[in-house]
Order: sequence, then C-alpha cells, then structure tokens
Amino acid sequence: MSNLFNIDIVNPEQSFLSKDNVFEVVIPAVEGEIGILKDHIPIISFLKPGIIRVFSESEEQSFYVEDGIVEFKDNTLSVLTSSIFDLKNADKNFVSESISSAEAELSKDNIDDQKRFLLNHKVEVLKSISIN
Amino acid sequence: MPSLDDLRKRITSVKSTQKITKAMKMVAAAKLRKAQENAEKGRPYSEKMNNVILNLSKSITDKENAPKLLVGTGEEKVHLCIVLTADRGLCGGFNTNIIKKAKSYFEKIISENKTLKIITVGSKGYDQLKRQYKSYIVENISFKESKNINYFDADKVGKIIIEKFEKNEFDVCAIFYNKFKNVITQIPQEQQIVPLNEDKDDKDDSGNDNDYEFEPDEDEILSNLLPKNISTQIFKAMLENSASEQGSRMTAMDNATRNAGELVDRLTIEYNRSRQAAITKELIEIISGAESL
Repeated sequence: MSNLFNIDIVNPEQSFLSKDNVFEVVIPAVEGEIGILKDHIPIISFLKPGIIRVFSESEEQSFYVEDGIVEFKDNTLSVLTSSIFDLKNADKNFVSESISSAEAELSKDNIDDQKRFLLNHKVEVLKSISIN
Repeated sequence: MPSLDDLRKRITSVKSTQKITKAMKMVAAAKLRKAQENAEKGRPYSEKMNNVILNLSKSITDKENAPKLLVGTGEEKVHLCIVLTADRGLCGGFNTNIIKKAKSYFEKIISENKTLKIITVGSKGYDQLKRQYKSYIVENISFKESKNINYFDADKVGKIIIEKFEKNEFDVCAIFYNKFKNVITQIPQEQQIVPLNEDKDDKDDSGNDNDYEFEPDEDEILSNLLPKNISTQIFKAMLENSASEQGSRMTAMDNATRNAGELVDRLTIEYNRSRQAAITKELIEIISGAESL
C-alpha cells in the first residue's frame, strides 16, 4: 500500500502548491515542528515563522512561511498562509528587509513575551536562509 | 430646427463618445477575465478557512469563554458597517446598488436607536454617503494606488476592524459588497462578520464529526484564527467586488455603445432629411424664379 497523501498550500491570492504524492511533510507548528505522515490523526494547528519541508517521491521542496493555519484531515494536509515563498527563489533583498524590520520591531519596548519569542524565531530562521 | 452644420457636429461628437465607450468596454472585458480568475483562485483559501473555523467552533463547548469575535459581545448596540465600493465610476448601477443596500440597513439601525459607525472602502462609496451620513463615517479608506487587489490591503482593513473591536468600539460588524454572479447580474450582499453567523453549520453536519487534535488548545487557535478570518472575508469581498465592478462596467459600456449607435442612426436620418428639404426648397425657388420670368 502506498504511503502517500495530498498537500494543498493556498494563500489568499491563489493555490500555491498542490501535490498528491508526498510521503512526509514537516511543518513548523507553533509548539514545535511536526512531521506528518499518511494517516495522521486529524489535527488543526497554526504556524510560526519557519520552513515547511515537503518530501515527495521525486524531490524535496522547502518553503519559508511566516504564519498560517494547518489542517490535516482525510489524508489531505491544507496549509493556509498569507506569506510564503519557495526557498529556491528566495529574494535576498526581501529576506534582509524582513530581518531588519523584525529586528526593529524587537527593539521596541512594548511587546509581550510571546511576540518577542516569535520575532526572535523569525530573525533566526531568516538569517539561516540568507546564509545558505 | 437645427442647421445642417449643427447636426453634422452632433453626429461626430456622438460617434467619438461611442468610440470611448467601446474602448472602455473592451478594457473592462479584459480586466473582467483577470478579476474573475483572481476571484476563483482566491476561493479555496476562504473556503478552507471557513471549514477550519466551523470545525473549531463545533468543538468549543464552553460558549461563555469563547473568543468574543466568534460569539459577540453579548450586546448589539453599536453597529459597524464596512461599505466596499469601487474607486471609479462609469460602471452602471454597481456603486449605487451597494449604497442602496447599505442605506436601508443604516435606516434600520438608526430607527432602532442603535449607534451606527461606517467605514467606507473605495472613494465612490464615500462620495455618495458623505452627504447624508457624514457624521457616522469614522474612516474612509481607498486603495486607488494599488493596481491589483492584494491581500495586504485587505489585511489593513482587517487590522482596523480588529483594533476597533478590541477597544470595544462596536458590537456587530457587517460588510457590504457586490457578489459576482455573472457578467450581467451582481447581487449586493450584506454579510455579518462579527460575531460570526453560525446559521451555516447546519448544512454539512454529516461526516464532520472528526475528533481533531488541537495544538495548542482550541481557544488559542481560534483567537489566532478569527482575526485572520476577518481579513480573509474582506479580501474575498474585495475580489468579488472587483469582478463585479468590471462586469458591471462592461455591461454599462456595452449599453452606452448601443445607445450611441441608435442616436447616430437617428441623427443621420434627421440630417439627411433636412439636407433633402433644403435641396427641395432650393429647387422650388429656382423653378418658381424661372416661371416668373
């Protein structure tokens, strides 16, 4: 029996990615990374800034996401996000801009711990992207 | 009776107007296709979003502590209305229809002695509403500069709404926009987004009794999700609106072109007739002149 399932990544403007031959997806959920295989129990969670890795038979794709919601049901993984890009064609300027704007946000005093954590994390992830 | 020269000028002027309306129709048709495509592409997102929220709200048992954006503040005193219109005119009844729908809602609110607040998105709506409802308009947003409709703009509106909600500035929020049915028909819509209307979830109860695993818990997901949903709804409305606007403009301009054609025909007949009359008159004059000799 095959161990493949479907993934749909949609952003508000369009359907970003739709595949039916993936066997593992790793998503940066807010409480830690989750690896999803076929027949995972239904789950709803939301994302923190990080990298979604999609493993299909032929290739491995990575996407950077900022936030979003994931739902897994009936062997279909839906990712709803408003900010996503493929790591392969990452725009260097955009990445460095995002880093600096996040850092500017961090330097403000009036942010709560959760936000600080998310921003710190975002900077970390973005930096790791820009190094590669 | 206008002179021949006047008629000739009139015909040329109508003809050039016809050229303009024809060109506008073509442009609207091209834009319509794109807008329609965009609206279709955007649909999965809002549908999935709705699904997730539906599943979530079902699993919430403790209604009292549920996020206020979902269940409301418990009061219905202050109504916030978001009126989404186009930035440009010459699109038939497009803007007027939304305004009409909104106005009837406003009147209802006012007659019930509730407080009304209006946010207009798009400059045409503001122009039409400011005469009568100036004092109620709290904000006037326009995205004239952005060429395409993007989520970023919708998110801005969404953030304004959330901000106002958190400051307890309103209890109920409704948006007004035109739903795109087809090129000829656009239906003005009134949609309540805060609190979320729950009457929809009777429909697909079947097979939806999945026990989801939530990470973190439902409340936290919901409170994260609901603000996003508002932006999504606004975005959806904007997409529908833009498709409707182009469709409406296309039909309006098509009608205008046809009317101009009819007018040209009529004027041409009139022109020919008066030219003929002038010739006949001259002939009579010549003949009677010759006879008298």
